[in-house]
Order: sequence, then structure tokens, then C-alpha cells
Amino acid sequence: MSTMIPIQNAEALGCTNTPVLSEKGQREVFCGLTGIIWLHRKIQDAFFLVVGSRTCAHLIQSAAGVMIFAEPRFGTAIIDERDLAGIADANDELDRVVSELLARRQDIKLLFLVGSCPSEVIKLDLTRAAERLGRQHMPQTRVLSYSGSGIETTFTEGEDACLAALVPTLATRSIRGKHLLIVGTLADVVEDQLGALLRKMGIEQFDFFPPRKSTALPAIGPETVCMLAQPFLADTAKQLEAKGIKRLSAPFPLGAEGTTQWLQVAAQAFGIDAQHFENATRAPRQRAEQSVARHRVQLEGKSITFLPDSQLEIPLARFVYQELHMKLLEVGTPYLHRQIMAPELEQLPSSTRLSEGQSLELQLDRCDADQPDLIVCGLGLANPLEARGFTTKWSIELVFTPIQGYEQAGDLAGLFSRPLLRKLKLVA
Amino acid sequence: MQLTLWTYEGPPHVGAMRVATAMTDIHYVLHAPQGDTYADLLFTMIERLPRRPPVTYTTFQARDLGGDTAQLFKDAVASAFDRFKPRAVLVGSSCTAELIQDDPGGLALALGLPVPVIPLELPAYQRKENWGASETFYQLARHLVKPPDKSAAATPHKPCCNILGPTALGFRHRDDVREISQLLQALGVEVAVTAPWAASVEDLQNLARADFNVVLYPEVAHTTALWLERQFNQPYTRVMPIGVSATREFIQEVATLAGVEIPPDLEKNARSVWFSRSVDSTYLTGKRVFLFGDASHVVAAARFATEEMGFEVVGMGTYSREFAREVRDAAKKYNVEPLITDDYLLVEEQIKNLHPELILGTQMERHIAKRQGIPCAVISAPVHIQDYPARYAPQMGFEGANVLFDTWVHPLMMGLEEHLLGMFREDFEFHDGVAPSHLGSVRAQPTEAPPPQKSVSDQILVPSTAVAPITATAWSTDAEKELGKIPFFVRGKARRNTERFAMEHGLSTITVETLYDAKAHYSR
Repeated sequence: MSTMIPIQNAEALGCTNTPVLSEKGQREVFCGLTGIIWLHRKIQDAFFLVVGSRTCAHLIQSAAGVMIFAEPRFGTAIIDERDLAGIADANDELDRVVSELLARRQDIKLLFLVGSCPSEVIKLDLTRAAERLGRQHMPQTRVLSYSGSGIETTFTEGEDACLAALVPTLATRSIRGKHLLIVGTLADVVEDQLGALLRKMGIEQFDFFPPRKSTALPAIGPETVCMLAQPFLADTAKQLEAKGIKRLSAPFPLGAEGTTQWLQVAAQAFGIDAQHFENATRAPRQRAEQSVARHRVQLEGKSITFLPDSQLEIPLARFVYQELHMKLLEVGTPYLHRQIMAPELEQLPSSTRLSEGQSLELQLDRCDADQPDLIVCGLGLANPLEARGFTTKWSIELVFTPIQGYEQAGDLAGLFSRPLLRKLKLVA
Repeated sequence: MQLTLWTYEGPPHVGAMRVATAMTDIHYVLHAPQGDTYADLLFTMIERLPRRPPVTYTTFQARDLGGDTAQLFKDAVASAFDRFKPRAVLVGSSCTAELIQDDPGGLALALGLPVPVIPLELPAYQRKENWGASETFYQLARHLVKPPDKSAAATPHKPCCNILGPTALGFRHRDDVREISQLLQALGVEVAVTAPWAASVEDLQNLARADFNVVLYPEVAHTTALWLERQFNQPYTRVMPIGVSATREFIQEVATLAGVEIPPDLEKNARSVWFSRSVDSTYLTGKRVFLFGDASHVVAAARFATEEMGFEVVGMGTYSREFAREVRDAAKKYNVEPLITDDYLLVEEQIKNLHPELILGTQMERHIAKRQGIPCAVISAPVHIQDYPARYAPQMGFEGANVLFDTWVHPLMMGLEEHLLGMFREDFEFHDGVAPSHLGSVRAQPTEAPPPQKSVSDQILVPSTAVAPITATAWSTDAEKELGKIPFFVRGKARRNTERFAMEHGLSTITVETLYDAKAHYSR
């Protein structure tokens, strides 16, 4: 199994002890409400009711409204003057709005009350509201709450907050034997592939969290161990650990290398022998390496900067460095959880400039000075940077595309090579 | 609290951003929590602008709330000024910052910047996007416009006007401005300033120099035009030049204000008039349309629909409360009940009751149209990326009328197909369940509004504004079958009329006879 372990050299600890540039200033990021855009498709019988202002409603529909919905799966209870002035009791109002909604949509099995900046600032207690409404609407609909506010959460942290709210509702597992819980929203196809690989290795008892239906929530027990499939799940991990579930630390399953290391951690925990592991993973790993290699031709030696967005930046930087041989300039992340990122950080070159948080104008000044070949950034910046001659990869796509696992490794590399390829193709 | 699935307008600070982004040398400092920068995407992605909006956000987080958010704001203003060197600065709050009450206006003025600082009071929990844009434009004018030089006004000059109202993120503002500018030029009228679109602070200072104002979008520019009229005696135009008749009227209005002759060849490219007269369009006569959008686009579209397309307006409404009166007046003309609401669910309910054959609305009505299987075209904001097209696509002027004709006819089934569907109902390829074949796909569409004994999920618990559904009578199997022979786009209406007829005549069962009795009754 030694072949799996990255080559140890002078940079054995990689970026582990590199000082991190920590900045405060304007942050060009989404708030956690944005998580609703993929969560509503993952958990199909759930409805997300934001309790907030018109701004919140506008955010979600601007992001998702390009799809035409016959039956929307999210909405906003817009706080108005009467709620602020205390003329209307905000809790009564919320109850009314929820009854209205549930009467219209009786197919909703799980309702999330999602907190926003305004609801946090006026201290509307959504946790208690969810308990109250839950009692009222059980067993038809379960009601939970979490915060997706910008003051507390950044983009993907919305999913973290949502899953953390689900953890206390997980049932106790009655089946004996070691059990693996894979945490984080993955594309359906990725779940199927990872599931097949685990089975091939001999791991039979595992569940994905969140599930595709709210009625199929996994049960957990003392023999459950969990692994994160996404890097932004610090709170969810903490909640699970508080329930006595051990978290297996691993790099994230991005690229051939990341996927192998991730699976290897699972294999070790379940006592799968090396030969068995090798047999199960050899073919897909070779396939992944081959398909990544095709894009390496295009990307080798090219420099790249990541602006903070989703916390996927560090694992992605590891992938483009390790497998595409790109040169890392700056890797920005909205939030750096050292423990969760440890297996990733030690594989980054120590020359990487790591930054946490953002002061937008200063960071763009650094881009100007660095002149990276590729900038990974949000849509608010992508077109303006393109117009100035930079090549960009808009980062949100990395959250919306199946990128994990062996079979997607080539696609993931393709996401980085495509903007450069396009630049070469367009002659006008 | 209001349950909102879709909102027609954003918060008022987005309106302010639309004005700031439209202009060239202004900067807007917005006190707002982390995440509110999503609004940049509206401009860089939906409108595809190649530059960042001139907006600096304070993006405070929870941990800042314990500290000095006022200082955070002052620092943001100072550093934005140093970096961008704007000629004027707008300052204001978003909805969350409004709750923490830091007074951006006072804080920014205390900095003593060497350029005008314009504080914006935009009540986010009462007002919305268009009001925000209008208020911002008005405040800019109030702070910046200089009285005109008397001697310059006295010297003889070519008649000149301002174009007021176009902003960033406006529905077809880019091309409307071009179309109307060309029209004004053809009339021999010079355009002094177009604002806020592509205007500088200096341009705004010179607004009072023109002889009169052309108000393209009352939602944004009416307040400012009114103020300019009061302060500087600048008259302004009242007609929105959408459709051929309205454009002619607009030309007349401009000619009178400018004192110019109307040249003879203005209409050489107006094709929609002939297209609409050609026999191919006969089948469009009396098509039942429902209109919804901002007030001015709805009123203008209703006129075009009836006078120039030959449609029948069966319902109209607007989300612009500020201009509700205009829509009420127009609704009287078409003898329909006006719907003044920003509640998407009420609009959906209304459409369901009216069974229109075509919906002319916003992006939000496309959701309703999909749910109910009704053809739909977009006539007003809010719109999404596909309605900021690369091609020239004005709504205004004669070319605008050409664009409208094509856009509105496109979603309707074409004449021959409609006839054949009425005659032969059991074709394996062309039948009720599929979309019009010129639209290419084979996706199924609901063939009619759901029958009265519908599932619970279809019921909407909102007060019904129009006719309540009639549910007391039952359909006999034969009658139900006969109903199925009526072309799908009028079937909903036939069902409703028959049921109403049965109710009125106290019939408990609807037979084939009842169906034809009702048809005869209502065709009078």
C-alpha cells in the first residue's frame, strides 16, 4: 500500500505550518441561503422557507429563477414593517404563513425554516418556532430550522448548517456491525459509483447523508464512523462527534489521488486488506489517471489563483498541483478549518500563498501583480476579469457539477482546461 | 409576513445599484452584510456587463456586530473614494443594515469628501426596486442639477431634449434608447443627455439645459421629470412609444414640444402593421390574453394587443403600486378587473380562473404558464439572462413593434396546425398532449386547467379575486368526451362557461346538450 502514500520529500509537511494571510474587508461571496439551490434538488420532498427580507427572496430567485418551476420548492416569508414594529406577532405570522404553505403543498415531508440576516438581527427564534410548528404538523411534515444568514455563513456553510440541523433527528441504528456514514451532498451518479466501489472492497454497511428523500434518513449507532465527502462540513462533523461518532480524517475524493486516499482511509477503518483494496480500485484509478493526463498537456506549468468561495479551494488546489502539475500562486478560502484540512495541507507545496477571509480590492491587486494564467472566482468577478484579459473559471460550477470520485476526475480536470482551451479556439 | 415564492421586484437598494451602475463616474457605498454582493451577479451575469458595478459593500459579519459597524462603514467610504476617485458618492443601507441604524448619510458627510455625497433613504421593508431606482435618480438630480445658463437658452439652437429613465438591468433599455434616439434624430431633435444610462455626473449637472424631457420609463423617471418641470419649466412626454399607434402619438407629442415638422418617411421599416393585416394573422383575432408586469409595459402592451394584434384582453394587472391608477384606467377600457398585487400566488389564481390562450408577463408568469400549459411571452421585467439578447431587440418605436409581433406570435400554435387539430383529434404525432410542433420538442403539456375535482395540491388557499370555481354540477361521461373534442386552448373556457350555464339554469348534470346550449348561449 506504500505506493498510495504521496512521495515524502523535504516538503514532507507541505503547507501545514505555512503562515496564512488573514484578511478583513469586502468579501465577494454568497451567503448560506445559496445552499438551498442544490439542497432542494437533493432532498426532493423538502421545502426551504427563508424567513427574511425581500433581498433574501431576490437572491434565491436570481440564482435559481432561470429554471422554470411548475412547483417551486423554496420560498421566502418576507418580514415587513408590521413585524418589525411589533404590531403583528412575528411568531403568529410565521405560523400563518407555514399553514398557508403546507395547505398548498401537502407533498412536503420536511420543512426547513431558514434564518437570514434580518431574522438573526431581530432575534426571531426559529428553533423554537420549528419545534412549535413541528408539533402542529406532525406526522405529515417535520419542521426544522437552520441559519443561512450572510453574517454567520458563507455559501456552502449553508449546507453545513442544514445537515447539522438534521443530525439530531437521525434514528438509532438497530443493525449490528461497523457502519460508515458519508457526509455531504454528492451528485447521484457519484454516490452510486462510490457505493459500488465500497461494496467491491467489501464494505457493505454505509449510508449517504443527506439522503435523496427526507423519509430515508440514515440511522446511526455506536459502531458508526463518518467520513466527510465535502470540506465545508465542520459543524455537521462536530454534531456527529458529539453523538459519539468517530470522524475518519482523509483528503477529499477529488482526482485519482484524492479518491484513492479517501477510499484507503475507509478501507483501513474496515480492515480491508491491501490486495483486496488494490483489486477493487486498480482499474478505475488507471482510468482516472489516463483521463486526467489528457488535460495535463494543456495545464502543466500554468499558474492558478483561487479566490475564496466554497472551502473547496484547498482540495482543488491539491488536485491541480498534484495531478495537473499547475503552479499554485494564491489559494484563498473563506474559512480554514485546520483539522479537517490537515491531510490536504500537507500535500500542498510549501510555497503556496494561503489566504483566509478576503479584502477584495487587495486580493485583486495581488492578481494584477501575479498575472495568473487562470483565476478561479465567483460570477460577480469572472466577466469583469475576463474583460481585462484574464482567464477565469467560475467557482460555483465546481459545487454544481459531479466532480468527486474516479470517473469524474477527467471531468474535473476539464473544468480547468476548458476556459484556456476556449481562449485558444476563439479567433475573433 | 408575506409568503413569497417569487418576488417581482428586488429590494430598493438594488434599484439604487441599477442607477449607479448605469452611470459612468459615480460610486455607491452600501452598508450591507456579507452575501449581499450577490447583486453584482445581476449585472455581470444576467446583463453580462464586462465591468464590476461601482459598488463597495461593507459586508459585515456577525462578529462585527459586537464592534463598531459605523467605523467599518466610514473606512469603506474613505477607501472606496481613494481607490475609485468618483465624481459623486451615493451612500445607503441594505435591509439588514437598516435594522442596525448606523446612519450612512451622516457618517459619510462627516468624512468631508471633496465631491458631492448623496445619502439615500430607502426603506427596505416598505418599498421595492423600482421605487429605489426612482428615488435614487431623483436624489441625484436634486443634489447635482445646476440651473441653466439663461443666455445660452436664449440663443437660437436646434431643439434638444433629455432621455430619462433607462438604467442598468432594465428590460431592453439598451435598444429602446438606440431606437428612440434614432427616431428623435430623424425628427430633427437633438438628445442632450440620456440619463442615468451612460451618463456622467457632469451630464446630470446639465440636465436643465434641454428644452424638454422624454420620459421612457415612468417607473424610474417620472418623479425626476416632475421635479425638473417644476424647477426649470421643462415639459415632458407622457406617451410610452410601444406599438405603432403609440409611437405615432409619441412622435406627435415630441413634434409639438420641439416645434418641428414630422418628416414623411419615418415609418418605412414598420412591418408589423402589414404583418398583422395579412390573412395569415386572421386566426389571431380574439385570442384571449392575460397581461402582467410593470404598469407602463402592461398598459402599452394591452393597447398593442387589442389595437394592433386583434387580441382580446381578458385580464391585466401590475406589481407597480405606484402606477396602479394607470392600470386601473386601462382595465376599465377593456372592461376587465385590474389586478394590483405583488403576490405571485394571486396572479396564478387569476390566470387559472381566466383561462387565457396567451400570457404576456414577466419571468414569473413563465412559471405559471408552464404549470398551466399556456403559451407565454415576456413583456416586462423581472427577466432573466435570455431577455438580455445580443441582437437588436427594442420594444419601443417601429422596430420595437416588429419585435413584439414576432415575439408574441411565436409561442402560439400556427394556423394550419390549429385547424387540423380541431378536425382530427387522434393523430399519433400531432395531438393535445404535445407542444406546438414549430417549437420543436415533444414535451407534454397540460391540455387544460385541472378539472374541478382536482387534487388538493392544486388548491391555493388564497382569497379568490375573480370568479370562484363552480363545482356543484357533474359532467356526464358523454359530455366530458364531447368537451375533449374542443381544441385544448379554448377548452378551459368552454368548461367554465358550460358549468356556469348549468349553475344558472339549475342543472345538476351536464349533458352533451347542455354543452351546446351553453355554446349557443355565450356566442351571442
